[in-house]
Amino acid sequence: MRDVAIIGIGCTKFGELWDRSFRDLFVEAGVSAIEDSGIQGEEIDSLYVGNMSGGRFVEQEHIGSLIADYAGLASTLNVPATRVEAACASGGLALRQAILSVASGHDNIVIAAGAEKMTDVGMDTATDALAAAADREWEGIMGATFPGLYAMIARLHMHKYGTTSEQLAAASVKNHHNGTMNPIAQFRNEITIDTVLNSNMVADPLHMFDCSPISDGSSAVVVAAADIAKKYTDTPVYVKATTQASGTISLHDRADITTLDSSVVAGQRAYKMAGMTPDDIDMVEVHDCFTIAEICAIEDLGFFKKGDGGRATEAGETAIGGRIPVNTSGGLKACGHPVGATGIKQAVELTQQLRGTAGKRQVDGAEVGMTHNVGGSGGTAVVHILSRNR
Amino acid sequence: MTVARFWRKIPHRYNLIGTHCTTCDEHYFPPRQMCPNCRRDGEIEPHKFGGKGEVVTYTIIHTAAKGYEMQAPYNLAIIKLDEGPSLTGQVVCGQEEMEIGMKVRSVFRKLGEESEKGMIYYGTKFVPE
Repeated sequence: MRDVAIIGIGCTKFGELWDRSFRDLFVEAGVSAIEDSGIQGEEIDSLYVGNMSGGRFVEQEHIGSLIADYAGLASTLNVPATRVEAACASGGLALRQAILSVASGHDNIVIAAGAEKMTDVGMDTATDALAAAADREWEGIMGATFPGLYAMIARLHMHKYGTTSEQLAAASVKNHHNGTMNPIAQFRNEITIDTVLNSNMVADPLHMFDCSPISDGSSAVVVAAADIAKKYTDTPVYVKATTQASGTISLHDRADITTLDSSVVAGQRAYKMAGMTPDDIDMVEVHDCFTIAEICAIEDLGFFKKGDGGRATEAGETAIGGRIPVNTSGGLKACGHPVGATGIKQAVELTQQLRGTAGKRQVDGAEVGMTHNVGGSGGTAVVHILSRNR
Repeated sequence: MTVARFWRKIPHRYNLIGTHCTTCDEHYFPPRQMCPNCRRDGEIEPHKFGGKGEVVTYTIIHTAAKGYEMQAPYNLAIIKLDEGPSLTGQVVCGQEEMEIGMKVRSVFRKLGEESEKGMIYYGTKFVPE
């Protein structure tokens, strides 16, 4: 397999973008990524797009064709476009497919994009569409919601390891702080532990401020064979690992409810592929759809011992300047979570950090970073390791 | 959900009928036709569960799932059945009674409804033992 690099990035603002349509969003993100890379449309071999539920959110399927068409790549260039779906991990998986198509030698330059427009439907429809990431017949019909599933993970984590609501809230407070320094973030305001604990209970013990928001947004990256990357940019970001693992779709079928097996395995496969250990990673963008998800992720990926994630977060070990900065973008909580776009946005954030262009939220001396994108309650996990060095 | 989609799983939903792999003696609920241990070597037969189990973890849902708006807040739990498998279900009792490790048994209950004139869903919930 050939080495692959990211040579261009683009992202819309994330948020409730009432004045922007689904197609406005991905065109903006795609054009920014293409401009950032300096490639021409004729050089694009293929396009992968992560989108969880165009059918429910904007009543549109056949997303590949739509995106290729409105990105100006269909009518004359007829660029192949493939939609990739793995619930909230759709974006990470689209990136992985793009990397594999270049690594295999089949393509030289590929765009990986992600897009979701979630605010064109009411909250009840959006919640129900997201619930489709769980087992509809044996979780959803029983009354489970997504916050409800993660609440059950949180409850057991608290019971087994003494994790507290304050420790969970600390993840949200830290991510909001990081979000204040990210121009694309949905929320750019500081909050306190009390903000979280005094917000409405969604699914006990998770409050509203433990939950990521409903968002619109799109992001895109251009990936290329490493051998030609320097033709386009002085600062290619190299892909050291792309891995994926499946887990049971239902939370109740896990051997340990507080461990996402898919995260553990995708992480282990990534360390093996890159020839690295958690100590080699300078920063990580994890899938914090809920605060407890961030706590589990930093444990499952090997940065902290199982059960220590809450305490470490409260102690500031995951803040910028801490032992391992987590979610410098603001994460899903503060940057926003347009589900299909999230996995790509994580790579956009890392690329900015590894190029040294992340502004106020720059991690000093960042050389190697990891992304971690989860579908559902852990049915799919996708991990990437990116590096400044080939 | 359409009538047929709900109807075809009625034996499982109403009577807690799952499956059992006679090759490795593992029990499954929800029912599985492919044993993850034995895969194609597995011999699968229906199995009616006793309905007794223990709460592994739980939540109290305040923002309800579609169709459950009138019932919120409600208790939702992962319950490990005595025969081995775990499932997701509601526990009918006061919020303050809920605790990890509590013993429960299954009961036949109304799950929810689509609208005033829509389908009514029945199935299994749990009560403290």
